[in-house]
Amino acid sequence: MSQMIFSKGFLALAVTAAMGLSSLAQADLVIGVAGPHTGANASFGEQYWRGASQAAEDINAAGGVNGEMIKLVKADDACEPKQAVAVANRLVDQDGAKGVVGHFCSSSTIPASEVYDEAGIIAITPGSTNPQVTERGQPGMFRMCGRDDQQGIVAGDYIVDTLKAAKVAIIHDKDTYGQGLADATKAELHKRGVTEVLYEGLTRGEKDFNALVTKIRAAGAEVVYFGGLHAEAGPLVRQMREQGLTATFLSGDGIVTDELVTTAGGPQYTKGVLMTFGADPRLIPDGKPVIDKFRANGFEPEGYTLYSYASLQTLAAAFAGAGANDPAKASAWLKANPVQTVLGKKEWDAKGDLKVSDYVVYAWDDKGKYHQQ
Amino acid sequence: MDGIFLQQMINGLTLGAVYGLIAIGYTMVYGIIGMINFAHGEVYMISAYLAAISLAVLAYFGLESFPLLILGTLLFTICITGVYGWVIERVAYKPLRNSTRLAPLISAIGMSLVLQNYVQISQGARQQGVPTLLEGAFKLNIGEGFVQLTYTKVFILIAAFVGMALLTYVIQYTKLGRMCRATQQDRKMASILGINTDRVISYVFVIGAAMAALAGVLITMNYGTFDFYAGFIIGIKAFTAAVLGGIGSLPGAMLGGLILGVAEAQFSGMVNTDYKDVFSFSLLVLILIFRPQGLLGRPHVAKV
Repeated sequence: MSQMIFSKGFLALAVTAAMGLSSLAQADLVIGVAGPHTGANASFGEQYWRGASQAAEDINAAGGVNGEMIKLVKADDACEPKQAVAVANRLVDQDGAKGVVGHFCSSSTIPASEVYDEAGIIAITPGSTNPQVTERGQPGMFRMCGRDDQQGIVAGDYIVDTLKAAKVAIIHDKDTYGQGLADATKAELHKRGVTEVLYEGLTRGEKDFNALVTKIRAAGAEVVYFGGLHAEAGPLVRQMREQGLTATFLSGDGIVTDELVTTAGGPQYTKGVLMTFGADPRLIPDGKPVIDKFRANGFEPEGYTLYSYASLQTLAAAFAGAGANDPAKASAWLKANPVQTVLGKKEWDAKGDLKVSDYVVYAWDDKGKYHQQ
Repeated sequence: MDGIFLQQMINGLTLGAVYGLIAIGYTMVYGIIGMINFAHGEVYMISAYLAAISLAVLAYFGLESFPLLILGTLLFTICITGVYGWVIERVAYKPLRNSTRLAPLISAIGMSLVLQNYVQISQGARQQGVPTLLEGAFKLNIGEGFVQLTYTKVFILIAAFVGMALLTYVIQYTKLGRMCRATQQDRKMASILGINTDRVISYVFVIGAAMAALAGVLITMNYGTFDFYAGFIIGIKAFTAAVLGGIGSLPGAMLGGLILGVAEAQFSGMVNTDYKDVFSFSLLVLILIFRPQGLLGRPHVAKV
């Protein structure tokens, strides 16, 4: 027993020492950039990191935030909930982060945000669209993107109004984001009087969806709606085309990366693929100088890059607006004031969602690029 | 027989043939040293990378004809993957030959983590892909529906069965095969009779890796995409196939692979894709209840 008390005491000592060390090193404002920096979705992690790094560089060049320089810390969750909680704890305890840009997969953002909430820091996700992210009453959780219940409405209406399809197959990847999005689209379709001919889940990490494709074909679907990420969307669309299924393929913001073409095996398969995503940030005039900076460095700011840039801008603006690097004050400020970002002027409601979301439909061309419709 | 059923059969057989090829590696190693080689899934993953590298290099030198391209890739991938198999045995198994049964199990899991991280660091964590080599497909009209079979799938089926036939010939009719079978039956007796059993075990790892390499090339051709984590799911499926068919038995591994592939495809087609793995594993449990040694496995006889 005494030994246990001793070891606990030692642990407490070690923790205090570690905290002392981190507070010593804190002449900077530490911000975590959390997302899948490795694993199947690493391309999104790269978009996050590129966006946030450029933003940090620009903000620091302009004098930092409240006299402190922003220091970014990379936190890799590999889109795994367990790892997300571990890196969230590391950001909070070890790195002493006051704000977080992240995470990417909703299934990672939700558990990690519990850690941030407990520590009282502010987090803003550039890409997690599941409604639950901001539905749990956490004061410090914000979004830079829309919600799946908004995205699903746009997708559902597009299927009914533009594609005029009556037979729709809905496929999802059984993950928080993918299934949530598929369900949101399904709900909108039901509201518009369309009942899906097929609703099934595939397994993330697998590559052979031939059996599912045959089933979609047998159901006579004209449109296949997929809720999930590009690692599965690529092989799925390829196997559809290989089996002679010409149905339109529509997905969400989980496939917004050029890597979709790699996973599908060439632009001949992704040609005509449709997806919903926020209005192309590269077309917003506010972002022009920033976009030119990215391109000068040889990186095309696709997908979430500018969202990540805007997220860090927002954090910096919130801390500056609060007048101190205090996460609680910054959260309160952000709910009351608009921020001018690279994506234009943004405002947040009491939940931490954007007041206006702007989902539109994009199409992939025969050269492996996507364009706003 | 309607078109849908036939199409699902084809889907299942191509998937199953590939499971079977990888299952051979598990079953051969188990047969000869009574261990599960948990690094085998990673051997397959490495072969997928090697196949992509080889395709890129050959294409760089202007090789465009499909038979030459695929032959060169197969040769390169099988040779290098064989070396990986040999090294895995040397590093993770040989030093532990006479230790407890659990030690090599743990070292194989360690090996698998090492290989995964080594590929992640050296090749990057992103999804990799190869362009489509063989485009086009056969289309058969059956009644109302149709069956579409890509040339790649036909190639996979042929290559897998040729690979299996070749292996069966080697094991049944060559001196190397006799040595393998003797070592499998009784390692001590075989070594008394002058067989270098350590070398035979090395050969078995190389043969297993070569079959995984064949599978790696075929899968890379068919799906065109892979990452450093690709060996995990398929490794587990192939291991299941090996157990289903009777671990230790070569025809069992092939049969187990085909049954697993067809069961998955038909169950997804007729019932539900969400629960296809539940169905395959229930099937495994059922078969093991009634035939604990697997479909073609020999019952275990306790030696006194």
